[in-house]
Amino acid sequence: MAHTASEILEGLAEIVAEETGLPTDAVVAEKSFTDDLDIDSLSMMTIVTHAEDKFGVRIPDDEVKNLATVGDAVKYIEGAQA
Amino acid sequence: MTRKALRQAEPVRYSRLLSVAAERGSETVTNDDVAGPIDSSDEWIRQRTGIVTRRRATADVDVLDLAEAAARKALDDAGLTGADIDAVILSTITYFHQTPSGAAVLADRLGATPAAAYDISAACAGYAYGIGQADALVRSGAARNVLVIGAEKLSDIVDPTDRTISFLLGDGAGAAVVGASDTPGIGPTVWGSDGSKAQAIRQTHSLRELAADGSLGMPTLRQDGQTVFKWASFQMAPIAAKAMAEAGVEPDDIQVFVPHQANMRIIDQMVKQLGLPEHVVVARDIADSGNTSAASIPLATERLLTEGKARSGDLALQIGFGAGLVYAAQVVVLP
Repeated sequence: MAHTASEILEGLAEIVAEETGLPTDAVVAEKSFTDDLDIDSLSMMTIVTHAEDKFGVRIPDDEVKNLATVGDAVKYIEGAQA
Repeated sequence: MTRKALRQAEPVRYSRLLSVAAERGSETVTNDDVAGPIDSSDEWIRQRTGIVTRRRATADVDVLDLAEAAARKALDDAGLTGADIDAVILSTITYFHQTPSGAAVLADRLGATPAAAYDISAACAGYAYGIGQADALVRSGAARNVLVIGAEKLSDIVDPTDRTISFLLGDGAGAAVVGASDTPGIGPTVWGSDGSKAQAIRQTHSLRELAADGSLGMPTLRQDGQTVFKWASFQMAPIAAKAMAEAGVEPDDIQVFVPHQANMRIIDQMVKQLGLPEHVVVARDIADSGNTSAASIPLATERLLTEGKARSGDLALQIGFGAGLVYAAQVVVLP
């Protein structure tokens, strides 16, 4: 069953929190992974991998650079579920 | 007329590592030494890779010199001479001859002629590929003792301005002798390749392209760091787990984990994915030696043994992975 955008955001926040130690409520749609959350390219790949497993989607490596904000990632995952 | 029955080589039941030895580049290169041309810093390199220094050889030393030094120590440690070796397997990507092989030249230098000698191209998985082959050669009866060498002078193919991989690289050689054993010493090798990701770690151009345009200069290496990180961190842990399962051991039975020293972040993630217990000693030689491709596993193993962090008889899980993409893992009893 497809996850809603808010479920994806919640799940993604848990993954980001686990990887970075940030509180989950710091992970909101408008935050930039690099500029706001200070997540580097390798941590980003860890987050992407866990998100793929959690939501049952495939996020190609080439696509990751387009996921600038948490909202971008939520939107991509939501679309990829279809 | 009856045809004579063909005789095949008599198999040997078990094999083991008789020795592991290492030779590092003599020069210590700091992060500050490499940071300038890539507009980076000591802090950035440490945070992204865990590397503090890398060891590089001087201009007058070539890859076969490094290989020879490590091989001589491995022979000494095994109590053998070149004459006892039936096969020499050299894994390297920095011996710049299509032919003859570096292994044949090396075998001659070591007094191992007429041992069978050949090079393998399996990049950072080369040592684990070589141990897998040596194990098969010894147990099949094709060779009594096999010398496996992973040797790289990667400083010959670095581009100081490349931000993808060059700053990681170091020089060194590791060697092991594999021979017959009364008890099991090398678990089944779990190995493979994925050529669909051949571009993930690559040369900038081929030798044919260089011949056509000399201005290109020596090819250097590039990698898609994120792709390689994801593949190595998350797809290699199950390969290492399979090597344990095929060897009939659990993570609790392992004393030492020696992954290819590609990047400390990959090592940390693999340890997490594998769920290795606290008591397992994890090789982190990359901090001082850098990424030495085929040499990294024996370099790291030798260091743990020399420093007393690992002991003879310990069970070590080792896994190599790299350009190809290729990988190989096995559980070994340390010599």
